[in-house]
Amino acid sequence: MTDIFTDLPGIEEGTMLRLHDRLAATATEASLLDIAYRTLDTPVGALLLAATEKGLLRVAYPIEDHDAVLEQLATRVSPRVLRAPARLDLVASELEEYFAGRRQRFDLPLDLQLAHGFRRTVLSRLSEIGYGETLSYAAVATAVGNPKAVRAVGSACATNPLPVVVPCHRVVRSDGTMGQYAGGTDVKRVLLRMERAA
Amino acid sequence: MVTEHGPTVLRVCRALLGSAAEDAWSETFLAALRAYPDLPPGSNVQAWLVTVAHRKAIDQLRAEARRPLPTADLPERPSRDGDPGGWESDLWAALAQLPLKQRQTVVYHHVAGLPYAEVAQILGGTPEAARRAAADGIAALRRTYLNEGAPDD
Repeated sequence: MTDIFTDLPGIEEGTMLRLHDRLAATATEASLLDIAYRTLDTPVGALLLAATEKGLLRVAYPIEDHDAVLEQLATRVSPRVLRAPARLDLVASELEEYFAGRRQRFDLPLDLQLAHGFRRTVLSRLSEIGYGETLSYAAVATAVGNPKAVRAVGSACATNPLPVVVPCHRVVRSDGTMGQYAGGTDVKRVLLRMERAA
Repeated sequence: MVTEHGPTVLRVCRALLGSAAEDAWSETFLAALRAYPDLPPGSNVQAWLVTVAHRKAIDQLRAEARRPLPTADLPERPSRDGDPGGWESDLWAALAQLPLKQRQTVVYHHVAGLPYAEVAQILGGTPEAARRAAADGIAALRRTYLNEGAPDD
């Protein structure tokens, strides 16, 4: 081996960002960009946002490990994943409005391909729970026509690929305590408190 | 893929091509995006990307060779002044003066970190030949870049 290349300069971050942006633009034109992503700083931490051409595919909390999430998307959906903020401009601005207390409903195309079967049915009902309201896991189970499936509703919420936007934080336990949350219970508390205060 | 391997591929392109590196980098990743879904699972992605970059660099070098050169002057010996970490640094200049085969083996093994078996697959020939070419290249770099074994003036 040789020590010569310890002198070799690292790649400047600015250069990498510029090249990545240029690649994302060219890849979009050539229809080679299947999943665009960006991060967004919010009061509950940096959220990873990922979208296909169909719509928003994934929202992930830092606790979920953004790199691991992107890795999963590459395996499960498509390896053509690039940081391309432009496709997520609308998503980012709606989320910013939400966290500023100026938006109560999201009006975004969603790509629910990461949720299947019963879980998907549950998720599509969650958007009916209004801003600042909560519903118990049991009540959601009844609403989707399967009152016994309380635990399954819980796991549908726990594996929600689109937290915040699909409001699984509004589903709480029957005794009024909060229950688990993908972003951590603290985040769930913050969101519910924020919605009640608005 | 781009975040993980982008910097290494750019170093490879720069070491092979100098200022034309960014175009080769973009073409490499565009080609990779096109072909990635067909890559067998478990493949060594970095080795594959270096292979793609290798082909793009060859294309670029061929295109350059076809272009008429304004002068027939030999490149000047690199100066030891200036920003040692910058892209105009001596090391790049010294690399650029190596014969292509040596430059490629040095870059693929020492910059991209590929084993000689992989380097040989990219370039053709045996791993042993790749090892020899890289050793010759490193020896030459020691002379031109580190000024080892040469009188200092």
